[in-house]
Amino acid sequence: MDSFEYHRPSTQKQASLLLTSSPRAHVVSGNTDLLGEMKQGLVHPESLVSLADVEGMKVFHINGNESKLGSMVTLSDIVDSKYLKVNFPALVEAAASVATPQIRSIGTLGGNLCQRPRCWYYRSPLFDCLKKGGNKCFAVGGLDKYHSIIGGEKCWIVHPSDIAVALTALDAKVKIFGPSGYKNMKIDDFFVGPGIDIHNENVLKEGEFVSSIEISCDDKSSSTFLKFKERQSMDFALASAAVSISLAEGKIHRAGVALGGIAPIPWRLQEIEEYMMGIPIDDLRCSDEFSAKVESSLGDAKPMSENNAYKIDLAISHLKRALDKVIQDLC
Amino acid sequence: MPAKTYVQTTINGEHVDFLCEPRQSLLECLRDEIGLTGTKEGCNDGNCGACTVNIDGRIVTSCLVLGVEAEGADIETIEGVADGSNLHPLQLAFLENAALQCGICTPGFIISSKALLEQNPNPSEHEIRFWLANNLCRCTGYDKIVRAVQDAAKRLQEA
Ligand SMILES: Cc1cc2nc3c(=O)[nH]c(=O)nc-3n(C[C@H](O)[C@H](O)[C@H](O)COP(=O)(O)OP(=O)(O)OC[C@H]3O[C@@H](n4cnc5c(N)ncnc54)[C@H](O)[C@@H]3O)c2cc1C
Ligand code: SF4
Ligand code: FES
Ligand code: FES
Repeated sequence: MDSFEYHRPSTQKQASLLLTSSPRAHVVSGNTDLLGEMKQGLVHPESLVSLADVEGMKVFHINGNESKLGSMVTLSDIVDSKYLKVNFPALVEAAASVATPQIRSIGTLGGNLCQRPRCWYYRSPLFDCLKKGGNKCFAVGGLDKYHSIIGGEKCWIVHPSDIAVALTALDAKVKIFGPSGYKNMKIDDFFVGPGIDIHNENVLKEGEFVSSIEISCDDKSSSTFLKFKERQSMDFALASAAVSISLAEGKIHRAGVALGGIAPIPWRLQEIEEYMMGIPIDDLRCSDEFSAKVESSLGDAKPMSENNAYKIDLAISHLKRALDKVIQDLC
Repeated sequence: MPAKTYVQTTINGEHVDFLCEPRQSLLECLRDEIGLTGTKEGCNDGNCGACTVNIDGRIVTSCLVLGVEAEGADIETIEGVADGSNLHPLQLAFLENAALQCGICTPGFIISSKALLEQNPNPSEHEIRFWLANNLCRCTGYDKIVRAVQDAAKRLQEA
């Protein structure tokens, strides 16, 4: 591994300045992903700018039904939070499904959202693929079992973050700090697929980093996250589903539905969400029309080959189970 | 030669200062700079748990922590588990239940299990297996390890 400088600024402003002072400066939080990338020689930072001592980045602020979580909150902090377990079960279930106690104790919320893909060609220094500036995607016609079935274009990664899927269903907002101060955006606007940017998975520009995440719930709401792993002890998702529903007077007034492990970004099923709006929750339970909609919700999927076509059924079955669970919770 | 950074920590209850390059992992610092070779290297990428140490009450894979990131940390390694020549109940239970063969995974398993029993003195088999998800063993087949942790939990509760 090449040498680099290590900085530990104490304010977001200093961190941002340090990040803009060198084109090869990288922001680092828990380092559970970045250090692996450096060891593999995938990135060669000139300097690391750690957010560990930056003030305010570990905030865990609760105000009624609104929560603000600093990007340096660890995944263990999320798993251990009774408040989050009650109000945002999907987030806690997603955090608990990430890796292992050792990784969750240092891995952070911001780092999890910004972690790099796990495509094995990307992770291997032997393959100079499109994402790394080469001229070929090795997954096309190669070993594509773990790759995307929808939303891929030139590059067929799946977004590796479980937290991102839960936060998409929860309609989270991402607060970014950068050279021109703060910026807020919907989580859907944060992630970008390879059609827009093949080299990056999010919109962050030089000097910018995730500062915090905001989520809100309603008085009558429930959510869940389900994930299928090939290796039970720890693994990334082959497919996952997150569902969040809020009720007002028995009718659905907010619905968030997202799938993971199948696309280069957390895959929101907007049509399903729109269908659910305004419907009395009891009616949804026995609606054949709704079941048919769910069943065909990945109709646009185009698996790369028969090797990853299994993901359609896997994702849909997890989606059905997640919907059942949340609907039952609220009935 | 790149500049070295001065890092101050507490390791197994003692104040330990060391010099390291920013690119050295805590695992390398423990083994190569400080001479604590009880912590093992397996995969070097966070998968096997052989390098597990406890930092500020939480277990971590020390191959995914930089030495410089340990500034100010309170670290427990396998060398700090026994009380002089008196083995910890977990160590005794591992020996008596034949929960090791080659032994390379054992320091990691002991550090992880110790943290579990400190938080949850009477874990179920499921909780033990869930907690030890990041500790791989290629020799024992895990059953003996799980039994050793259950045995240690009993010993610690009786003590
Ligand atoms: C063995 C293993 C198993 C894993 N299993 C899973 C899994 O099942 N599910 C899952 O979701 N993840 C998994 N991961 C990934 C791990 O969860 C994430 O690596 C972790 O949450 C990342 O957090 P971190 O703070 O360590 O990130 P870091 O390693 O510090 O950073 C990751 C990336 O994000 C950038 N970054 C960090 N913080 C910010 C910020 N605030 N703003 C902008 N960019 C930032 C860094 O530059 C880097 O590129 C696994 C990792 C390992 C090693
Ligand atoms: S899927 Fe993307 S990251 Fe993987 S080999 Fe193809 S271009 Fe590279
Ligand atoms: S050596 Fe650190 S997890 Fe394997
Ligand atoms: S005893 Fe050999 S790897 Fe566990």
